[in-house]
Amino acid sequence: MEILMEYGKAFLIGGIICAIGQVLIDYTKLSPARILVLFVVLGVVLSGIGWYQPLVDFAGAGATVPLSGFGHMLAKGVREAVTEDGLIGAFTGGLTATSAGIAAAIVFGLVVALIFKPGDKS
Amino acid sequence: MAVDKMEYDKMLKKASPNSKAYINIPMAFIIGGLICVLGQFLMTSYEKMGISTYFSGTVTSITLIFLSALLTGLNLYDNIAKHGGAGTLVPITGFANAVVAPALEFKAEGLILGLGAKLFTIAGPVIVYGVTASVIYGLIIYIFKLV
Amino acid sequence: MSLRLSQNTIILNTSPSIASYASIVGKKEGEGPLGKHFDLVNDDNTFGESTWEKSESRLQKDTVSKAISKANLVPSDIDFIFAGDLLNQCIGTTFGLRELEIPFIGLYGACSTMAESIAMGGIFIDNDVAINVAAVTSSHFCSAEKQFRFPLEYGGQRTPTSQWTATASGAVVINKKNAPPFIRAVTIGKIMDLGVVDVNNMGAAMAPAAHYTIGQHLADTGKRPEDFDLILTGDLGQVGSELLIDLLNRDGIDITENHNDCGLMLYDLDEQDVHAGGSGCGCSASVLCGYILDQVKDGILSDVLFVATGALMSPTSVDQGESIPGIAHAIHISNKSE
Repeated sequence: MEILMEYGKAFLIGGIICAIGQVLIDYTKLSPARILVLFVVLGVVLSGIGWYQPLVDFAGAGATVPLSGFGHMLAKGVREAVTEDGLIGAFTGGLTATSAGIAAAIVFGLVVALIFKPGDKS
Repeated sequence: MAVDKMEYDKMLKKASPNSKAYINIPMAFIIGGLICVLGQFLMTSYEKMGISTYFSGTVTSITLIFLSALLTGLNLYDNIAKHGGAGTLVPITGFANAVVAPALEFKAEGLILGLGAKLFTIAGPVIVYGVTASVIYGLIIYIFKLV
Repeated sequence: MSLRLSQNTIILNTSPSIASYASIVGKKEGEGPLGKHFDLVNDDNTFGESTWEKSESRLQKDTVSKAISKANLVPSDIDFIFAGDLLNQCIGTTFGLRELEIPFIGLYGACSTMAESIAMGGIFIDNDVAINVAAVTSSHFCSAEKQFRFPLEYGGQRTPTSQWTATASGAVVINKKNAPPFIRAVTIGKIMDLGVVDVNNMGAAMAPAAHYTIGQHLADTGKRPEDFDLILTGDLGQVGSELLIDLLNRDGIDITENHNDCGLMLYDLDEQDVHAGGSGCGCSASVLCGYILDQVKDGILSDVLFVATGALMSPTSVDQGESIPGIAHAIHISNKSE
């Protein structure tokens, strides 16, 4: 039962975050790339003012899987690194915390691009 | 009778159909929500397999990025995205799709200047502005001793 | 010899003939309402080539070769070829026509290229500076998407006003064969810009250019819309067509009865998921060369005003926030030589 609740919360919050993105697509002139930038920067800001962690605690993957969660990871990494290492942490923390995701995207991107052929659309 | 830009803008708005937001927004909610549920399922499963809570989120991200890259290579992600809209754009899978798609498409221009250089054409700004925002945040908390 | 009627309009007094014409399209276009009219439908949109750019070159080369052979000519019989496409520096055209070794005049008029090239070719023939000329253009969905929008595998949503770039090509051979279809007059449009910035609403960006050119042609020649069986715009799609009719109505010109748009004819808008219709150089070229010219030749249509429209932006100008200039050229094609 508890596990169902977890999935329900992830679905609800993740769905709402994506729906906000769709509202921006349909009602503003923002291009997809701009919307992604907006979500990441908003994730950093919301995490910085302490609002994003409670959302993660509540919704789990519902808050970490959207790109705002990527922003939260960046901010969280910086916060921890500044606590440990001081000023240098402001520069190392973000990419350290998100390095797995970025490296995965680069490597899988490269491998897939090498293996597959560009496809047609119909 | 000459029409000026202001007047044409009005005519244009009248003639142009709006996006079907009443379909798009619920679809984004459902598909985006489902991708997050998949993330939650992976995270729970990895924890059950004995991976620590600290790493299960990271492994989940890597798995989702892999799945998205694969679906992009198989020309399936764009077909889901046609319906999913922001539901497939906003999750980390959308970020992966934005990396893989140009890499695949620009392979024709070579491995260095094509694939390698174009890999971050769409997704690059996310890293540029995300990292910059996080460094600014780090400087603020350091200077004002907020941690 | 040609008669200059006004700044825009030239009457071709000897009425050059479109001696032959050919059209080749891709799979989706072949599945559309006009599918059976094209010379060839290729189900493989790569056309057997390794890149989309080469595919487009191949498409254009095959189409012009087909038109030349249908006229019982060989490439060396062609004195000049007028051609262009959508790709940067017109590489679809230059690499496609490279091996034909025909004196080449490259044109860029975006999707208006078919009218632009027929106008040039017609004027050359009318003034006896050539015996045979060819005019050809093409577009390819995949190469156009790659250059102007996103990689094909990228998951983006198309807006309702967006149009589908046709994988298609059309070519004509013009000479003095003295058989229909005849080219009677051309009206060269000017660049019109009413400030449309939405790159997903090209029809709206081009409608003012079509409005100007049609109005100018009618004014210069003293013709009325009903003198034409068909006023055929290039690729205004749903939105642009509606705006064109509206703009002309304000001048007291009603073309509702005899207007159609290649972008609306090439696809089944309800079934084929192309949103506001087709676009691309190949859209109007293939509809003209696959469907319309047959009807003019057979006398089903007597007089057609073919108004191909182009949007003259580039990805750079769009990124810099510039509005989208439009262009339209009109060709009066007739079953009668006078």
